[in-house]
Amino acid sequence: MKRFGWCLLSLALAGFFFAALGQAALAAEPKTVVIGFTASQTGKLNVEAIRQINGLNLWIEQVNKAGGLKLPDGTQVKFAAKFYDDESKKERVQELYTKLISTDKADFLISPYSSGLADAAAVIAQQYNKIMITAGAASDSTYKKGYTLIYQTYTPASRYLTGAIDLLSKMDPQARKVAIVNEKDKFSTDVVNALKAYAEKKGYQVVLFEGYDSGTADFAPFINKIPADVDAVMGGGHYADTSTFARQLFEKGVKAKMVALLVAPPEPKFAELGEAAYGVIGASQWQPEAKYGPESAKKEGLEFVGISVADFDKTYKEKFKEEPSYHSAGGYVSGVILAEAIKKAGSTETPKVKQAMDEMNIMTFYGHIKFDNTPKEHGLQVGHDMVYSQWQKKQGKLVNEVVWPESAQTAKAIFYFPR
Amino acid sequence: MFSQMLSSLTDGLLLGFVYGVAAMGLTLIWGVMSVINLAHGPVIALGMFGTYLLFTHLGVNPYLGLVVVAVFGLALGFVIYGAAVHRVINAPHLSSLLATFSVNMIIIGLGTAIFSTSPQNIDFPLGSVEIGFLTLPVTRLLATVGAVLFTAALYLFLYFTRPGKAIRAVANNRRAAELMGIPSSLVLALSFGLGTMLAAVAGGLISTFFPFTILSGGPYELKSFVICVLGGLGNPLGALLGGLILGGLEGLIPAFMPVSWVPVVEFGLFVLVLLLRPSGLLGAK
Amino acid sequence: MKFWRQPGFWLPVAIVLLWGGAVLALRQDTIRETAFTVLMFVALASSLNILLGYTGYVSFGHIVFFGLGGYTGFYLLSEQGWPLYLAAVAGGLLSALIALLVGLAVLRLRGAYFALATIGINEAARAFVSNFGPFGAATGLFVNFSAYEKYGGASQALWTTFTFLWLTTLAVLVVSFLVKHSRFGLGLLAIREDEDAAMVMGVRAPRAKTITYVISAFFPGIIGTLYFFKNGNVEPGDAFQLHMSIEMLVMVMLGGMGTLLGPILGAVGYQGLRGYLLTSPIFKDLHLAVAGLILLLIILFVPAGAVGWVRHRFRGLSRVLE
Repeated sequence: MKRFGWCLLSLALAGFFFAALGQAALAAEPKTVVIGFTASQTGKLNVEAIRQINGLNLWIEQVNKAGGLKLPDGTQVKFAAKFYDDESKKERVQELYTKLISTDKADFLISPYSSGLADAAAVIAQQYNKIMITAGAASDSTYKKGYTLIYQTYTPASRYLTGAIDLLSKMDPQARKVAIVNEKDKFSTDVVNALKAYAEKKGYQVVLFEGYDSGTADFAPFINKIPADVDAVMGGGHYADTSTFARQLFEKGVKAKMVALLVAPPEPKFAELGEAAYGVIGASQWQPEAKYGPESAKKEGLEFVGISVADFDKTYKEKFKEEPSYHSAGGYVSGVILAEAIKKAGSTETPKVKQAMDEMNIMTFYGHIKFDNTPKEHGLQVGHDMVYSQWQKKQGKLVNEVVWPESAQTAKAIFYFPR
Repeated sequence: MFSQMLSSLTDGLLLGFVYGVAAMGLTLIWGVMSVINLAHGPVIALGMFGTYLLFTHLGVNPYLGLVVVAVFGLALGFVIYGAAVHRVINAPHLSSLLATFSVNMIIIGLGTAIFSTSPQNIDFPLGSVEIGFLTLPVTRLLATVGAVLFTAALYLFLYFTRPGKAIRAVANNRRAAELMGIPSSLVLALSFGLGTMLAAVAGGLISTFFPFTILSGGPYELKSFVICVLGGLGNPLGALLGGLILGGLEGLIPAFMPVSWVPVVEFGLFVLVLLLRPSGLLGAK
Repeated sequence: MKFWRQPGFWLPVAIVLLWGGAVLALRQDTIRETAFTVLMFVALASSLNILLGYTGYVSFGHIVFFGLGGYTGFYLLSEQGWPLYLAAVAGGLLSALIALLVGLAVLRLRGAYFALATIGINEAARAFVSNFGPFGAATGLFVNFSAYEKYGGASQALWTTFTFLWLTTLAVLVVSFLVKHSRFGLGLLAIREDEDAAMVMGVRAPRAKTITYVISAFFPGIIGTLYFFKNGNVEPGDAFQLHMSIEMLVMVMLGGMGTLLGPILGAVGYQGLRGYLLTSPIFKDLHLAVAGLILLLIILFVPAGAVGWVRHRFRGLSRVLE
């Protein structure tokens, strides 16, 4: 009987010992956080969307190579991506995000590219209580719908083209007439509504204000409505339609002093338009010539987090054999933001990470990141600013220069016409 | 204002010729065998891709490539007729509608798998021509010329060659034509082939100045319905006229209201014509 | 014989009853999502069948009622704060009203002309809504997320919407059966066989067709509201998809038009096939092509659809399989 008692005691002690060992082992075990998203690998948004996931995938590769994140309790967190092709279609987005959450058990979500698709995904994310960081989605309207878990990386649409008006007044103080032609989707509509209000406040006359259906190929009816004495043509939508619009503006010989369009001009691929690209200004979330870094961060009293501009440019070019555009930067910085939030929260649980996101106020290679916390516009990006680029010629070749604001300038802006 | 309207009208009319060619294909098939070819749209898109592939992979001038695309369209018509339409030619309309629609789905499905739905472009800039205050891209002018040439060729074929006359005979009265010794099935296949050929050629012409995907045929198919009904189903000349009317409307309407109202007017007109004068302006077959 | 005793009635109804019940009992999100899509198409196909199967009129643009009714219902619940049930029924009533007005004019056309007219109506409706301010024009409408609180939170709201859809599907089946087995229905079948002869025999064809059109438009309006509420938003591009309309047609043909069980089998079969093709790596890009091929084979060789073929081969089952 005594022997039995000793056996029991030693068994119990052994049990406790192994349990403790197990606990420690579990804590040191690597955890994989699944990041779920869809990408428009095919369909009309594919140019911008592929850039975005290139950026995101580069971040995941780099963070895993560095060993992942280390949490205060010792857990090593690595990241894995789970994604599907949404074919640039809204129904696919809603089906697939539901799948990512329920079947693939994604922990955090990144939005698809474009405000329209991101908006569709946001509903699903909020319905199932998952944090989603939106990249490539600038429309303000998404953040006015009462969501609490959706966070925006891009400067909102309402601040997209207002700088172009400021630039125009600098280039030609006599300019008065602006024509606005835009895609009829959430993003572009938000941009031009804010643009029109700002232009009129500054004393400009908006001589044309019309929208075209997404997927339009024939812009002649719109171009024909632009008065011959217009000073600036602004607007556009996404890459496919905007580049066609730019091409047809050139073919029809529009004689405006400024042509400022959305999304397409900052993309390196825009140079394929040749002469039609020359002089076109684009609103950009980020350019490789950006001067964000530890010094500019210190000046604003912020902490600088993550990769530097130069390193991002270099590693992106090495991996993808192309120049990064702001869409690539947006994809990459989503990862940086998520990692920072997890680190500050010390956990991967949604409520704790949410709190860290709400409190975030940092500088990154992409710029200042801070989110709106008020219930009315929760998640809106309030820290980040736009720059404006223009296609000019250096030694006969087309190059993209930053022309506004003057603090970020690499070249002075030129007129679209006369060239 | 006037110069703008004239500019828009010209653009619209130029485009209207191309619309007319596409619609002629549809109306010819209807006129000969009372079948509405719901695969019309994808065939237009295939014409676009054909011209594009010949240009990018073989460096063939898009306008010369049109001849190859036309032959391809003709052959495709024979295939579609044999595979899908022949068996249901005498069945109720629903069967032929669904049969051609299933071909539509098959072509779009295969096309999406092969080409994906990302937009493509033919980069063949030819500059613009200034006529007075009008600036006309050369590509659109050439497209109109191409459309007129193909229309003339079709007319010559239908009225001055034996197969053409056989087609007209079958369109007129199939039984009587068979009694006269005309092989009606072959003639029907030929007519279908001509119809798809015109669709493919229209697609090829459009691809020289607009970007496109495998799904781009859809809107032109819808426009073709409107045009055929406007001009009279079964009447090729009516299709051309209808195309010009539609193109003209698309050019003029934006001068008076936002451009996005154009489809409302187009389809509203479509339904009105169907209700009030289903035989169209020039009378149906 | 009391209609609820006929196997042709209780078989389809029992299937839908048990299916919905099982989903509600299991309480799994993924299962509910799949079931929602399939049930939605069962109801849509059955509604279309009331027109297509019984009168023989092919409506290619039937989705317009889903779109217009859905938009109206969604507008009422998102902008005017109506409760879901009321808004959905209102959406259905609006679709019915539009069907009445449009039908009076368009049902005078026959065959292919009618089919084309329905396509024209769908496109005109889409272009119109795309410009119509109160319906959000091109950017559409959305519900503020707090609207889900009225239903006990987002998760509960999704389950409530599913239950409502399930009940609507049952309603469509009951109405479909009642129509078919009434004197009114007999008149419709006569119209399908030969409209002129039917009129000679005393069937008031224009009135009968219009009533049928109205009934077939009512349910898609309700379903549209439910679908958009579940998604939280609606845009013109989602509401008037010609492709969805044609898929409804395919499902009716696949299962067998004019039967009660046909649309159910057709919807389940088509959606099942589509689901399989979309997730299979070989066929992912080809699902449309495969679906098209199947449709072609059916048209060419088995135009009566699955149920029609079975009834033909196994005569004894024709009493059971309606």
